[in-house]
Amino acid sequence: MSAVPSSYSLSATRRRLRDRFGDGALRGITLAAALAAVVLLGAIVWKVLDLAWPAMSKYGIAFLWGETWDPVRREFGALPFIYGTAVSSGLALLIATPLSIAIALWLSELAPRGFRGIVGSLVEMLAAIPSVVLGLWGILVLGPYLGQHLEPWLHDKLGFIPIFGGPSATGTGIFTAALILTIMIVPIIASICRELFLQVPSELEEGALALGATRWEMVRGVILPATRTGIAAAIILGLGRALGEAIAVTQVIGGGTAIVRNIFGPGDTLASKIAASYQGADPIEQSALLYLAAILLVIGLLTNFAAQVIVRRFDPLREGR
Amino acid sequence: MSVLAHDTSLRPSGGLRRRRIVNRIMEGIGTGAALVAVAVLVLVIVSVAVRAAPALSWDFFTKEPSLFGAGGGISSALIGSALIVGMATAMALPVGVLIAIYLTEFAPRQVAGSIQLVLDVLNGLPTIVTGVFVYGLLVIGHGQSGYAGAFALAVVMLPLVARAAQETLLLVPSALREASLALGVSRWRTVVGVILPTTFGGILTGTVLAVARAAGETAPLLFATSIFSPSVSTDVTKALPNIPVLIFQYSEQPDKALHEQAWGAALVLMAFVLIASLGAKALLASSRRKLGQ
Repeated sequence: MSAVPSSYSLSATRRRLRDRFGDGALRGITLAAALAAVVLLGAIVWKVLDLAWPAMSKYGIAFLWGETWDPVRREFGALPFIYGTAVSSGLALLIATPLSIAIALWLSELAPRGFRGIVGSLVEMLAAIPSVVLGLWGILVLGPYLGQHLEPWLHDKLGFIPIFGGPSATGTGIFTAALILTIMIVPIIASICRELFLQVPSELEEGALALGATRWEMVRGVILPATRTGIAAAIILGLGRALGEAIAVTQVIGGGTAIVRNIFGPGDTLASKIAASYQGADPIEQSALLYLAAILLVIGLLTNFAAQVIVRRFDPLREGR
Repeated sequence: MSVLAHDTSLRPSGGLRRRRIVNRIMEGIGTGAALVAVAVLVLVIVSVAVRAAPALSWDFFTKEPSLFGAGGGISSALIGSALIVGMATAMALPVGVLIAIYLTEFAPRQVAGSIQLVLDVLNGLPTIVTGVFVYGLLVIGHGQSGYAGAFALAVVMLPLVARAAQETLLLVPSALREASLALGVSRWRTVVGVILPTTFGGILTGTVLAVARAAGETAPLLFATSIFSPSVSTDVTKALPNIPVLIFQYSEQPDKALHEQAWGAALVLMAFVLIASLGAKALLASSRRKLGQ
């Protein structure tokens, strides 16, 4: 104890002061950063609504079900794009949901140990491919293939159902867009579902197997019911991604302002219409496009918010985080 | 776990043989689905690589795009992309790490929960909406610019960096934190001197993943920096050429020579993104091991 220098008490006070200041400063700076994130989200909402305001007050709520988009006659309605968004995203979910759940089940329950990690990261790599690259592939490789082979075949076999109309010549259309969206959202849904399935207590799984259930019966009776809400949240997150994807969809959907029942026909989604038309548009059409952006913002906020609330409320994984 | 209460599916039903067959079919579907996913990945990578091959040459990386289709390279877009993504990282990384420190070290539970919600919603927002936001904030009245593009990408990166940093901060053993505090070290010194250094690997991983994501983002840049001259430029107050927008614009053209350039640029972009994310994953695994997980 005698080794303590005489100046100890002085420097200790000074240090305490400095520490108190440092603690306060760090707390203040980090709090400011956290608030900045909140302000950023608020600013995005405010700015986009602000930009859309002139069109919103001009066209009113009827814009939502207006069926024509005619820049020349200055008539604008969002319905064709809401329809395009709903059909392309809906179709993508329809294909992606069973596919991704099957992949997740394979990865969590069936895959041999050595494959599990490799295939898992390959599926995640699929999510990392930039959308513009996927779109390029869609327009130059997938589209022409679909237009020449799959679409005529489907039209032949199922043409009596009106949605399978005449194939598109170039291979661009809502169907191609839906397939590209499927490729984008499968890895998202699959990786969330895999995490969920891995969290199911193994005693429950083993209990079911011990009672004589086959693997599939165990999946259907234990795993799927236990993770139902989590799967729903994963699907909504995938939907959010599909609704908001602009670039890849713009590249492959063909562009159009009519509501076409044929899924091989051209169309546009909210996001793709903005991306495709903004630069060439005159100020009046631009303001209508900003209205579309505001609709997309609201839909994006709602789907995301819903998914996060479901995840937080029901998912034991997130507890305590 | 009340969902497990209904027992219908566990009751033996029908012959064992039929149940085995159903089981086999379902297992087959699972395996098939996994194969399809891997096949699509391979298909995309191979077809991009095959079509890009003729475009790749030394000139492709070092020359500016020529004004008339054939020939020329993507050097200006490479430099522009590097600048934009670099600036975006410089904006998003410090703020993201600070947010993560606040969430793990200071925030009360409730507050932390709502800020995380904000980050997750921000992360899921359509990126074209981010583009429109930046357009309204920085482009109207000022014109397109490299820094507007960088800001747009920073908005995309921020939630990714913050969440990744938070996950690593949570992995720091509490014994380390407590030991430091017990020695009389102040809170901020503990954070700066003890906790942050141990999370370096994890934060780096998160940043690399965010960079990989941002490098391929096209929609936000479409509004911020898409009308550019093809020559090399480092002036961030003007619109900068960049890879994603170049691929997008070339893919919309009917010209075959431009398609070839687009394939080349797509391969470069895809290779960068995939290698970066694979590298980040490997890094993450090793840094987790170091933290004794």
